[in-house]
Amino acid sequence: MKYELNVNGQARTVDVDADIPLLWILRDVLGMTGTKFGCGMALCGACTVHLDGQPVRSCSTAVAAVGEKAITTIEAIGRTEVGQRVQRAWVAKQVPQCGYCQSGQIMAAAALLSATSSPSDTDIDQAMSGNVCRCGTYGRIREAIKVAARDTTTKGG
Amino acid sequence: MTDPVAARAADFSPERRSFLERSAALAGALVVAFHLPARRATAQTSPGGAFSPNAYLRIGADDSVTIVVALVEMGQGTFTSIPMLIAEELEVELSKVKVEQAPANEKIYGHPWYVLQTTGGSASIPAAWAKLRQVGATAKLVLITAAAQEWNVPAADCRAENGVVKHLPSGRSLRYGQLVDRAAKLPVPAEAPLKNPADFKLVGTSAPRLDTPSKVDGSAIFGIDAKVPGMKVAAISLCPVIGGKFGSVDPSRALSISGVHRVVTGEACVAVVADHYGAARKGLKALTVKWNDGPSAKFSSKVWRGQLEAALKQKGFVDHNEGDFRKARAAAARTHRALYVSPPLAHSALEPLHCTMHVRKDGCDVWLGTQAPARAQGFVAEVLGMAQEKVAVHNFLLGGGFGRRLDAEYVIPVAQLAKQVDYPLKVVFSREEDIQHDAYRPYFLDEMSAALDKRGGLIGLSHRFAGSSVIARYAPAWTTKGRDPDVAHTAETPYHVANKYVEFIRHEPPQGLLTGNWRGVGPTHHSFPTECFIDELAFLAKTDPVVYRERMLGKNPRLLAMMKLAATKAGWGTPLPARRGRGISVMDSWSCFAALVTEVTVNEDGEVKMDRMVCAVDCGIAVNPDGVDAQIQGAIVYGLTAALYGNITWERGRVVQSNYHDYQPLRMHEMPPIELHLVKSAEKPGGVGELGTSLAVPSLMNAIHAATGRRLREYPVRAELLRVRT
Amino acid sequence: MRNITASIATLLLFAGVASQGLAQGSGARNADRTASAEAFKKIAEVLRHPRCQNCHTVTEFPRQGDDRHRHHQMVVRGPSGRGTSAMLCSNCHQEKNSPDGLIPGAHNWHLAPLSMAWEQHKTDKALCESLKDRSLNGDKNVAALVHHMHTDPLVLWAWEPGTRKPPHISKEEFQALLKRWEKTGGACPTN
Repeated sequence: MKYELNVNGQARTVDVDADIPLLWILRDVLGMTGTKFGCGMALCGACTVHLDGQPVRSCSTAVAAVGEKAITTIEAIGRTEVGQRVQRAWVAKQVPQCGYCQSGQIMAAAALLSATSSPSDTDIDQAMSGNVCRCGTYGRIREAIKVAARDTTTKGG
Repeated sequence: MTDPVAARAADFSPERRSFLERSAALAGALVVAFHLPARRATAQTSPGGAFSPNAYLRIGADDSVTIVVALVEMGQGTFTSIPMLIAEELEVELSKVKVEQAPANEKIYGHPWYVLQTTGGSASIPAAWAKLRQVGATAKLVLITAAAQEWNVPAADCRAENGVVKHLPSGRSLRYGQLVDRAAKLPVPAEAPLKNPADFKLVGTSAPRLDTPSKVDGSAIFGIDAKVPGMKVAAISLCPVIGGKFGSVDPSRALSISGVHRVVTGEACVAVVADHYGAARKGLKALTVKWNDGPSAKFSSKVWRGQLEAALKQKGFVDHNEGDFRKARAAAARTHRALYVSPPLAHSALEPLHCTMHVRKDGCDVWLGTQAPARAQGFVAEVLGMAQEKVAVHNFLLGGGFGRRLDAEYVIPVAQLAKQVDYPLKVVFSREEDIQHDAYRPYFLDEMSAALDKRGGLIGLSHRFAGSSVIARYAPAWTTKGRDPDVAHTAETPYHVANKYVEFIRHEPPQGLLTGNWRGVGPTHHSFPTECFIDELAFLAKTDPVVYRERMLGKNPRLLAMMKLAATKAGWGTPLPARRGRGISVMDSWSCFAALVTEVTVNEDGEVKMDRMVCAVDCGIAVNPDGVDAQIQGAIVYGLTAALYGNITWERGRVVQSNYHDYQPLRMHEMPPIELHLVKSAEKPGGVGELGTSLAVPSLMNAIHAATGRRLREYPVRAELLRVRT
Repeated sequence: MRNITASIATLLLFAGVASQGLAQGSGARNADRTASAEAFKKIAEVLRHPRCQNCHTVTEFPRQGDDRHRHHQMVVRGPSGRGTSAMLCSNCHQEKNSPDGLIPGAHNWHLAPLSMAWEQHKTDKALCESLKDRSLNGDKNVAALVHHMHTDPLVLWAWEPGTRKPPHISKEEFQALLKRWEKTGGACPTN
C-alpha cells in the first residue's frame, strides 16, 4: 500500500504494508540511517523521531498511523534553533562515546527543551530516562541539556 | 601489574620482523572501510604525490595527513587518542588529521601486543605508546631529511613544527606537502627519537574528539547502517536451545508477506530475506520453525550452579602460591570463610549484532562493526572454503563493544545464509537474538578463606574459584601449558599478605553456550569477591576498611595514594544518617591504580539509590584527560548495571531474558554524580577503558553493607534482602 | 352507616393487600442486594486485574506487568495523567497495540485520575463505594458507570492486550455481570 509521508519537510512516497514500523521505512526504504534500532519494543529510545514535534518511538509506530504528521529525524533537527543548541552543547560537553544512542538522546532532549526552556533535574529525569545509553554518558547528557538551555547564541537563518 | 595477556603475547610472535616493518609491507596500497568525517566505503590506492612510510600514515601533496587506525572506535576514543600520539610526534595539528579505519589484515595490522588484530583488554593506549608514536617520529625524521636535502643543509639545523620543516639559520621553510615526493624516495628508519613528554603540545590535553560531530547529526555510520547496492535484508533466528540445530520450517505464511523474498536456513538458524527489515521481521514472526533441541535441552542455571559447586570440591590449577596458606591457617588465631557468586552476564551493547555479506565465486566482502576483523575474516573463509585473503572485511564505528565484538562466531550462520543468495545480504539480529546468543561473562563461584591473627589482621588468604576459561577457547596461543593468563588475574589481590593461595578449577558449560570477554574480564570478576571479602575481614577486626587495607598496601605506594585520595575527597569517616553508607574498592591493573568510594541510601523497602561516587585514578600519563573522565564514568555505569540488574539465567536449555525489560540497563534517573580525581603522572600510560567497571561492583556492595549491615555475596542486588526487618 | 363500614372494609382490605405487597418488596430487595453484591465481587476481580489496576494507581506513576512493578523508563503521571510534555503516554502508546502486540495501545491512552485510584482499596466494599462516589467518578450514576465500562476504549483494551494476559473473566461475562449489577440496584458488598 502506498503512503505519502512528510519526512523532514520533503514529500516521500513508500509502498509497504500498513503495519510496518516507521523506523524501517526511514532506515531501509529511504536509506536514512541516522535513526537507530536498539530493541524494537519502545524500551530504549534509539529510534526516537518527532511527529509534529512530539517525540515518538518509530520502532513501534506503524506507518499507517503517521498520516500527515510532519516527521523530523536527527538528520534535520539541526535546522531548528533548539536542535542547533542541543548539538552545540553535545559537542561542547563531548557527550558521545560510541554514539549509537545519541540520535535518540538528541531528539528527546530537543523535545524537552522545546517544551521546558529551563528544565530541572527532575524534568530531565522524566524526559530522558526512556533513552538508554550503554556507554553511560548520562552525566554529560544532563550537563549538556543545561548548557543548551542557557545557550543564547543565535545562528543566522 | 602489567596486562598478563599482553605480557604473554609479547613472547609469542609468529614473525621476527618488527611491528613497523610488518606494517611497511603494504605501504601505499590501502583498501579502506571508511573515513572520518563519515563517508561511504571506497577502495583506494595511494594517490600520486603521497608519502606513505607504512600502512599507518599517508601525507599528501595537499598537506593532508591521513592516519590509519587499526584499533576500532567503540566509544573509548581510540580514533582521537591514537592519532594524538602520532600527530604529536609528527608535529601536525590534530585538526588537520583525517582518520581511516584499517581493513582486516592481521599480518599488517595485528595488535602490537596481541598479534591478533583485536581491540580490547584496555591495551590500545599502552601498546600505542610504546609502538605507534614511532609512526609519527620516523615520518618526521624522513621529512626533515628530505627538507635538508632540498636545501643542501645539515638536518641538525632543521626543525619540524606544525606541518612545516624550517631551516633555523636561514628561516626557509617547506610544508610537508611540498616534501612528499622527495620523502617517498627516502628510506624509512626503523626507529627515531621520541619526544620528551615535557615537550608535549597535544598529548595530555583534552583535545575534542574527531568523531563527535558526526555522532550528533546522524551521519556517523555503524556496522548495522552499512548500505551496499543490490542489498537485501534478513531477520535471523538462531536455535534457542543451547547446541541445538535447525529441524524444519513452514515458510508459507512468511512468503505471502509483501516485501519478503525467501526463507533460508543454516545449520542452526533460519532467516527471512526481504526488501527491508520491517518485512523481514514480520516474516520471521510468521514462520513455524521446528528445532532439534539436542543434548542440552535440560540445562538450567540451577544445573550450572550445581556443577560449579561440585567443581569447587575438586583440585584445580594452582595459579599463585606464596608462603604456605595451610600452615598459616592451622596456626591462625581465627579463620573466616565466605562463598561469593558472580552471575553470567550479557553485554547488551545498544547496536545489536549484525553482518552484511556478499558471497561471490571469486571472493567475499563482509561489512560489520567488529573488535576482531581478522577473526571474522577467518570464520567466513572457513565456511565458504575460500582463502582468507579473498575475504575483505570492512569495519565501522561500533555501537558499543564491551568485549562482545571480540567474538565473531555469529558470522558463521550469516555466511551459511549469504552463500545461498547472490546479492549482498544484510543480516540483522533482534535485541532478543542479541541477548540470547551472547558470549556471556561466565558464572563464577569464589571461595574465599582467611587466616587471621589475634587482631584480625590478614596473615593468609586463599582464593579458590570455579568457572569457565575464556582464553582457552578464544586464544589458546595466549595460554602457557594450559594456563589462562586472564582468568586468575588479580585474584591474588594487590595486598601484601605473607601467605597467598589462588586455585582455579576449570569447568565449562555445555557446548553451544559461549562464554566470552566481558568488560574488565579477570579483574572485574575478582574485584567483587576480593574487595568485599577484605571488607568483611575489616569489619570482623573492628577496623575501618580504609585503615585495614592501608596496613597491607605499604608495597604499593601508587595504589595506596589513590585509596587515600578517594577517601579524603569522599569525606570518608564523616557521619552519615541511618540507612546511608560508604563503601570503597581499589584496583591495580592495566597499569592503572585506582580507588572508588560509593555512597548509597537504602530505603525501608530495600531499594538502593547511589547518592555519590568519588574515584581517584593514577593512569600514568593521560593522553586525553577528558577521555579518561568519560571512560571512568561510562565503565562505572556498566558495572552498576551489572550489580543492580545483571543476571542471565537458563531454563530448559534456553536463555530466559530477552530485552531491556528483563535485562535492564541503568537509566538517567538512577545515574549518580561521579567525581573523578585524576592525578598527574609521568609514568607510562595505562589503559582506562575497563577500570571503572572493575571498581563499581565491590564499591557498591561494600556501601550497601555500610548502610544496612547486610553483606551481599551475590549479585544482582535483591531488594528483599535489604528490607528493614520488623 | 353502611358506607363507613364499606369504606373501613375497603381500607382494611387495601391495607392488607398493601402490607402484603410491602412484605414481598422487602424480600425481593434483599434478594436483589445479595445478587448485586455478588455480581460486584466478581466485577471487582476484573477491576483488580493488572490490565485495569495498572492504570488506576494512587501513585505518581503507572504500573506494568502482571507483577505490577513501577512502569520502567521513569514514566510519570504528569499534570493531567498523560505524562510530561516530552514523555507523553502517547509517545509510545498509540491508538492501537503495536503491530507485534508488544506495546499496548488504545485511543486516548492515559492514567485514570487520582480520584479514580483503586489500588489502595483493600475491600470490595471500599472499592465499590469509591467507584460509585459521584464526586470522584466524574458524576456518573450506576447506569453511566456501566455504560462507561461497556464502551470506553481503554476499558475494552483489557481484553485485547496484545501479548499480555487479559482478565480471567471474559468481556462478555464482565458485561453481563455489569448488567446484572445494575439491574439489581448497583449495591455494594458489605465487605
